[in-house]
Amino acid sequence: MTMFLELEGLRKDFDGRRVLQGVDLRVEPGEVFALVGPSGVGKTTLLRCVDFLLRPDGGRVRFDGREAPRAPSERLALRRRIGMVPQNPLLFRGSLFYNVSFGLCVRGVEGSELEDRTLAALTAVGLRDLAQAKASGLSAGEAQRVAFARAMVVNPELLLLDECTANLDPANVALLEAAIVGYHRQTGATVLVVTHNLFQAKRVAHRAGFLFGGHIVETADVEAFFTNPTDARTRAFVRGEMPY
Amino acid sequence: MLTVAGDIVGITLLSLLVCATSTLIATLIAVPVGVALGLREVGSQRLLRNILFTLYGLPPVLAGLLVFLLLSRSGPLGGLSLLYTPLGMVIAQVVVVTPIILGITMSVVATVERRVKETAFVLGADRWQLSVTVVRRGLAGIVTAVMVGFGRAISEVGAVFIVGGHIEGQTQVLTTTIITDISQADYGHAVSLGVILLVIAAIVYSFLYRLQERTMP
Repeated sequence: MTMFLELEGLRKDFDGRRVLQGVDLRVEPGEVFALVGPSGVGKTTLLRCVDFLLRPDGGRVRFDGREAPRAPSERLALRRRIGMVPQNPLLFRGSLFYNVSFGLCVRGVEGSELEDRTLAALTAVGLRDLAQAKASGLSAGEAQRVAFARAMVVNPELLLLDECTANLDPANVALLEAAIVGYHRQTGATVLVVTHNLFQAKRVAHRAGFLFGGHIVETADVEAFFTNPTDARTRAFVRGEMPY
Repeated sequence: MLTVAGDIVGITLLSLLVCATSTLIATLIAVPVGVALGLREVGSQRLLRNILFTLYGLPPVLAGLLVFLLLSRSGPLGGLSLLYTPLGMVIAQVVVVTPIILGITMSVVATVERRVKETAFVLGADRWQLSVTVVRRGLAGIVTAVMVGFGRAISEVGAVFIVGGHIEGQTQVLTTTIITDISQADYGHAVSLGVILLVIAAIVYSFLYRLQERTMP
């Protein structure tokens, strides 16, 4: 249960400004790929194009070598193989259990399977005891952990994580990173992590890529990416300098 | 005395029946259509929205006149013999109330945070499940729409007067009877009916308000 992702010449404009200027990227099946870059370079836009929240203005997105089908039922089936955790997740009104079980419910899972999988996902993020608590009373860190549990409970083959630990305290960051690594080990899913936290990219990813100026500047194994980048802009970024 | 009391009971029950039935029918029409329109992109529905918002202010007497022309003997629905019947009054009120519930529902759904729709979408909801999620989020607003619709129905005079004809013992309702009482200087009777109208409104609104509180986000 894994999926590979290819982007070819992906373009996206906002108000006449070209944010993505032809992104080429391949994320191999079963790898954890970290996409890094300064704020505002289009990392979130790229993820939203992959997850059908934005329609690209050009280029192609392929899943397992094929473009997304046009038929609504087939597209829905593909969407249901992809999970996403946004930077600022919105939790539905209701309990943590309701929030985490949402994806299972819409897929028709019910009864003891629904309960077991939901509680297992909550356990994985350390929130099993709060299953019946209201989502509205959670801290930012807890809300982010619920959002992760909600995405992974349906076992997505491609998991997209958008700065999902930004603004969290170190304890919550560590907990979420452990959950990401745990999920990947358990399922072998492909994971695309968008982050500007270079340490996090080093800790969780197999490969990393640098998005800058609307293009992928460089991709490499995570070790080479951080110790011996080939492009001067990547070098500047990994040193903590502005790559301009 | 007993006859007067019996009249008041009859008028009150008919008022409740006509208002409740018309609000229920209008809700059943307006909520699904309002949700469907609210979920669409703004640009593609602008003309329809403008028409609906215009109907917000549709004068009840005009609605009554339209329904009267439809139901009158020479009108397209004249064969149904619904003019001057409680069912005809219900139709007139549905015409008045539906645009109000529909317009508010549409606005509520359209203004439910985009992130609610996106979250449900990302979690794998299909079109129907997405709609249910948005309605759940906007339920308090939709209850408000029904409250406003009921308020319009219970206080409405013009349309039911024209279509119902205010026939004694058949199509008299509280509001139309108050008007005729005043024209005949029977102020005591008019005030009694006014108090009943207020009590009904208070009971119905306290129920709807509790429902609204329970559905607040």
